[in-house]
Amino acid sequence: MLNESLSKKRKTYELVMKGLMYVAVFSTAALALFLLIYVLVKGIPNISWELLTTSPSYISQKIGILPDILNTIYIVIATLVIVLPLGVGAAIYLTEYATNKKIVAIIEYAAETLSGIPSIIYGLVGMLLFSNNMGTCLMAGALTLVIMNLPTIMRTTQESLKTVPQSYREGAFGLGAGKWRVIRTVVLPGCVDGVITGCILSVGRILGESAALLFTAGFAHALNGFVQGLSSPGATLTVALYVYAKEQGEFGVAFAIASILMVLTVVINFAANLVQKHFAKRRSS
Amino acid sequence: MNNIVTVKDMNLWYGDHQALHDIKIEIPEKSITAFIGPSGCGKSTFLKSLNRMNDLIPDVKITGDICYEGKDIYQKDVDVNSLRKEIGMVFQKPNPFPMSIYDNVAYGPRTHGITNKAQLDEIVEQALRDAALWDEVKDRLKKNALSMSGGQQQRLCIARALAVQPKILLMDEPTSALDPISTSRIEELVMQLKEKYTIVMVTHNMQQAVRVSDYTAFFLLGELVEFGKTDDIFSVPKDKRTEDYITGRFG
Repeated sequence: MLNESLSKKRKTYELVMKGLMYVAVFSTAALALFLLIYVLVKGIPNISWELLTTSPSYISQKIGILPDILNTIYIVIATLVIVLPLGVGAAIYLTEYATNKKIVAIIEYAAETLSGIPSIIYGLVGMLLFSNNMGTCLMAGALTLVIMNLPTIMRTTQESLKTVPQSYREGAFGLGAGKWRVIRTVVLPGCVDGVITGCILSVGRILGESAALLFTAGFAHALNGFVQGLSSPGATLTVALYVYAKEQGEFGVAFAIASILMVLTVVINFAANLVQKHFAKRRSS
Repeated sequence: MNNIVTVKDMNLWYGDHQALHDIKIEIPEKSITAFIGPSGCGKSTFLKSLNRMNDLIPDVKITGDICYEGKDIYQKDVDVNSLRKEIGMVFQKPNPFPMSIYDNVAYGPRTHGITNKAQLDEIVEQALRDAALWDEVKDRLKKNALSMSGGQQQRLCIARALAVQPKILLMDEPTSALDPISTSRIEELVMQLKEKYTIVMVTHNMQQAVRVSDYTAFFLLGELVEFGKTDDIFSVPKDKRTEDYITGRFG
């Protein structure tokens, strides 16, 4: 009848494999959780209102990270303002205008490769390209980040342009609308979700970037306005974390920054998911 | 009766494949002309050549003359957008834009430069009345068009096409995605519309061609086999192939 010994062997095999997978899942979850809890436990006690709202001063021996927070915001804004039109424009050109499929494929492949390059290489190039010409400043850092994030914005926009049904375009052309009107009124509104997702991912990447900024944006903690800030050297939160931990031995501050960044990362991932769900729902209804 | 469209010696290629051979036809004004024929016979392709929707497909080559009101529409100085304003189109699957009912109908007029609110209101109302949709939607013009039923969506697409005041309305199997009740409403509507517009309609459904159309063109393998009054085509076809097709021997 049924082969008893074979099925027994199979059962053991099944059991062992299942066990191994549990171990894998457990270690992954445990590692992530450990990291999160370790950083938060070490960091949160060091976060104070004073830390968040003051500048550091060597005279009073106090440390504040307000300039670093502002620098981060400035660099996020500057990068997005430049990268959005470039990335979205490139995506529109590639999906709506370009006729040579081969070149489009090559550009897409190049963009994909570009997003896998270690960020320190972007930093090296950015230093030679931007910092050597305009000085070490947030703007040089932002321009470097533009190059880094261009593929992300372009690809997410492109993928979402491809989901806009061809029948919308036909309908609009059939009414005598010109190419640009079709794109502006029918195609672009359909890909807002892709653009927003790309933005959120980019913000996450900018927040987390340190290597590329060490070379280009500098380490200063001066409190500046937006324009002044962009043209002077400044540390973002991640760079500040490096400086405080490595050069000043202020591990408390470093962990405080780390926990702020971690919470922000969680919030950003959550927001990205929310946006995607929202638009997926709207599309299916 | 005047002929609004005249086509002579027209050939069409998709790359190396010739999809239409030596088409010659004269479409009378303010009437309904039906294109019938088996799948892949070129009837939709021909329909889309009449307002140059085939321009959107790469590698299409067209030779011969297609004249609208005596003007060759494939000449260089023809503005495609103005042409498509004159010759509107309704597609097989209802394709309203994901915006409000009002904005859908107003899309065409806005495209052609009308921004005055009162004027737009008037155009939208008239187009919706012409498409026999006004009474159903007048209280929810701001609602998303995608919330309507399939039949309503298709009538909305007809209203949207009418709102730019075309002379000709091309319809590519406008009822093939609809239920029988919606289909008969669209058929009634089309018969009313011929008072103001010239209608050219591709259909898979021969009863529909008989019920609705004044003229019928039978396409087979990229050729226009026979064209004439619908009554004649369906009672005394001249060509053996037409007879075989309308009696259901192939297709």
